Amino acid sequence: MTAYILQRLIQSVLVLLAVSIVVFLAVYGIGDPIELLVPPQVSAAERAAMIRRLGLDLPIWQQYLSFLGNALQGDLGRSFVHGIPAVDLILGRLPATFELVFLAMSLAAIVGVPLGLLVGLNPESRVSRAIMAGTILGFSLPSFWKGMMLILLFSVFLGWLPTAGRGETVSVLGIPISLLTLNGLKHLTLPALNLAIPNMALMIRLVAAGTAEAKTQDYVKYARAKGVRSKRIVGRHILRNILIPVVTVAGMEFGSLVAFSTITETVFAWPGMGKLLIDSIYQLDRPVVVAYVMLATLLFVAVNFLVDVLYAALDPRVKLTGEMA
Amino acid sequence: MKPLKSAPSTVPHYADTPLREKVLRRIRNRPTTRGAIILLGILLLLALLAPFIAPQNPHDLASLSVMDNRLEPGAQGMTGITYWLGTDAQGRDMLSAILYGLRTSLLVGLTSTAGALAIGILAGLVAAQFGGAIDAAIMRVVDFMLGFPSILIALVLLASIGRGVDKVILAIILVQWAQYARLMRASALVERRKEYIEAAVNFGLPTRHIMLAHLLPNSIGAVLVVSTISIAGAITLEATLSFLGVGVPVTQPSLGLLIANGFEFLLSGEYWIAAFPGIALVLLIMSLNLVGERLRRSFNVRGS
Repeated sequence: MTAYILQRLIQSVLVLLAVSIVVFLAVYGIGDPIELLVPPQVSAAERAAMIRRLGLDLPIWQQYLSFLGNALQGDLGRSFVHGIPAVDLILGRLPATFELVFLAMSLAAIVGVPLGLLVGLNPESRVSRAIMAGTILGFSLPSFWKGMMLILLFSVFLGWLPTAGRGETVSVLGIPISLLTLNGLKHLTLPALNLAIPNMALMIRLVAAGTAEAKTQDYVKYARAKGVRSKRIVGRHILRNILIPVVTVAGMEFGSLVAFSTITETVFAWPGMGKLLIDSIYQLDRPVVVAYVMLATLLFVAVNFLVDVLYAALDPRVKLTGEMA
Repeated sequence: MKPLKSAPSTVPHYADTPLREKVLRRIRNRPTTRGAIILLGILLLLALLAPFIAPQNPHDLASLSVMDNRLEPGAQGMTGITYWLGTDAQGRDMLSAILYGLRTSLLVGLTSTAGALAIGILAGLVAAQFGGAIDAAIMRVVDFMLGFPSILIALVLLASIGRGVDKVILAIILVQWAQYARLMRASALVERRKEYIEAAVNFGLPTRHIMLAHLLPNSIGAVLVVSTISIAGAITLEATLSFLGVGVPVTQPSLGLLIANGFEFLLSGEYWIAAFPGIALVLLIMSLNLVGERLRRSFNVRGS
């Protein structure tokens, strides 16, 4: 087990190194780093001073080592636009994104699990067929257009919910939270719903498939033969057994929800990390883009590492060495 | 054709035929799937014939009249033309813009899927055939690519190389080849253990011939089945990238860019500029998903 963890850890570090080289080459190698890293509006003397201070007059391998050294100390450059360290800027936007993702994931589970059970228990019924057709629609609606249509319906036509921003926030341990005020919750509803819909569809399909499989298993037949009530069979026997893969997938979807929140945040002007990335791309604020890519890589590598280790720890059938086909 | 070459490869084709017929019959008998196929056919036809059937050439600025801007659906223009789906901020007929946008969306979706298929199939085939270090190297790259959400990779790539139809296609190929490589490797590994491959090896046929004439045609099925759903994925990705402003250029708007252009007018209730291109996009994606899903289930392929 220790050897496996160590092996995965080394792999994860190698991935991070590889990404750092690709990002470094993309920013410093292909383009003109001076043009990218020195703001255009500075004077010639300032320009020369910045080139020396940023080490852009050094050979490329030395530049990479200093980039790496700085990155290890949490310094991924300073935003041109905001004038503060890029990492601080992104971490400051983290709570807004996590709040959105958290609510979206909860919504997906609250709606998806019961509907999935319903479909799995009576797959041939009319309602089930309608729900399954709905999941295809849920997968097919492009996130940005769906968000616009939600705005059109709930904000423009009905006037129930606001279209943009975070609304009032409450500070909990110094972190601003919208979830706890009525106004904040109103702002949160549409973006969270928009982000949740494809995951609801995924959750319904996972639970339905799991239920359909579980209800033919011997332990369910045995429980039924013993005279256990149907409700209890569903709740205690079927649901418990299908929740393991559901929780795993939900965990792995976390990363892609953070990535997809980029689109939702753009549509609803939600001030999270994704909106910051898009704004930085528009404003050519390269240090922030670089920092975002490195932090996102760190997040994905860490999540994958944790999932693999937990899998190995929980499931004795997972082979600890060799390839994963 | 030398008789030696054709003899072993006919065996699996013969075995496949009944399944293929069964599947086709099942697809034809499903009303939803049949509807989706017909819808897909209509959309393809509309995209192909756009220059002939569109009331207006939306790229020809001379034919637009700015006086007609942001007209409601069904409104009459200055020249007497009826705008069935309204007009945008430049006075462009939305119906014509959608027909041309459909062309761009389909062009990007089909070309990038073809490119990703070619690279993915080749990589998967090579990995399965040679194994060892080559396999490990290819699969590490595949794992790496699949570990990240495709939208993020494409977004950052396009942010650094700029927008353009060719660049969007390149970005989508880059994020989609890996899933095909993984699937192709898995099915090629299964095929490789079969006797006809062993026979071909014992015949002394060159490795390249075995790979291209025996392994490729017999293990390509799963990848092709999954590719229908992936076309929908490619079109969605292109639309999203164009919406975010890093996709196709404004001179050749896709459905995604048309929707993006309508975003700013949404709040004033001018819904048609964003809503109608979106409906066209959803119909396209949904018909592809429905057909792809049915194909995948009928052939019993597990998608990635």
